[in-house]
Amino acid sequence: MNDKQIVDRLTKAFTGAGLDGDRLATLAEKQGLLDVSYRTVDSPLGSLLLAATGEGLVRVAFSCEDHDAVLARLASEISPRILRTPRRLDEAAHQLDEYFAGKRRAFSVPVDLQLAHGFRRSVLEHLRRIPYGVTESYASVARAAGNPSAVRAAASACSHNPVPLVVPCHRVVRSDGTTGEYLGGPQAKRTLLAMEAAG
Amino acid sequence: MVRPRDPALPPFEEVVAEHGPVVMRVCRALLGQADAADAWSETFLSALEAYPNLQPGSSIRGWLVTIAHRKAIDQLRGAARRPQPASDLPEVPADDPGESSVDDKLRGALDALPPKQRGAVIYRYLADLSYAEVGELLESSATAARRSAADGIANLRKHFSKGDRP
Repeated sequence: MNDKQIVDRLTKAFTGAGLDGDRLATLAEKQGLLDVSYRTVDSPLGSLLLAATGEGLVRVAFSCEDHDAVLARLASEISPRILRTPRRLDEAAHQLDEYFAGKRRAFSVPVDLQLAHGFRRSVLEHLRRIPYGVTESYASVARAAGNPSAVRAAASACSHNPVPLVVPCHRVVRSDGTTGEYLGGPQAKRTLLAMEAAG
Repeated sequence: MVRPRDPALPPFEEVVAEHGPVVMRVCRALLGQADAADAWSETFLSALEAYPNLQPGSSIRGWLVTIAHRKAIDQLRGAARRPQPASDLPEVPADDPGESSVDDKLRGALDALPPKQRGAVIYRYLADLSYAEVGELLESSATAARRSAADGIANLRKHFSKGDRP
């Protein structure tokens, strides 16, 4: 037996079972070491990334945003202590399923808006109060968020909403009736508006 | 406020995915299968705790293996103190009997090596660390680590050529 064969035997002998990422995540959460947990969920709009802090849902990302890039940004903007942990996000995933199935009109999971600041955050707070199936103009959102002249800033806050769907920025449309920008793309926004109008 | 950290650390999940198997291999070689799962979780928990302060550009594998090395030492010391450690962990499914007897022979041979040789073989060949890193872990020099690893492999080869062939 030559050296390489010995090393291969060793490697093979000690490689294999025992890795338990779920147990690690559970222990990490118990010890307060898990700052961000995430999972993905399938939806009619494609795969969605859901990420939560201990405070609540902090990010919902469409696949066109590139989930890996989104996670890398969360690592630098919130904390690199990020693990895939389906459990903390079970309820959010379940509510999104119900929403897409037409069985849910409002979300009750806690939301963490720490990625939005200042006026943008006021806009998001207001968006949460726009009911299912109702649309508003960017001008009216700017007014409700406390700065009637900041229509463009309101539009920008909507198109950068870190928690789309759950914070329903898709319910804000242009005054001329066209849909306007959306993180998930204009087609996704039209699909959601059509779904809610039908329900 | 958004607080960008300079050269951003990747999400810890990526660290687990990339280095989890190597760390498990090291834990199994150091401790045996039953205690390896514990040591593996302990290693990654400690790493997770310290992760945000990790110096950018440091070798993540070397850092993790160093933590695993310390966890293994802690476990062996703990096991020596305790009469019979009660483990409430689910047992890892048993390997098929043929394979595990091969493992036992290999384990016996590895465990029979002098400690420095055993460490050098594990850290150089199973963890793929540099001789400099191995030397640091074993509190000796890179040159000594290289010699220990070579002697260790030579002893394993002798062991297998003594008709003790699997």
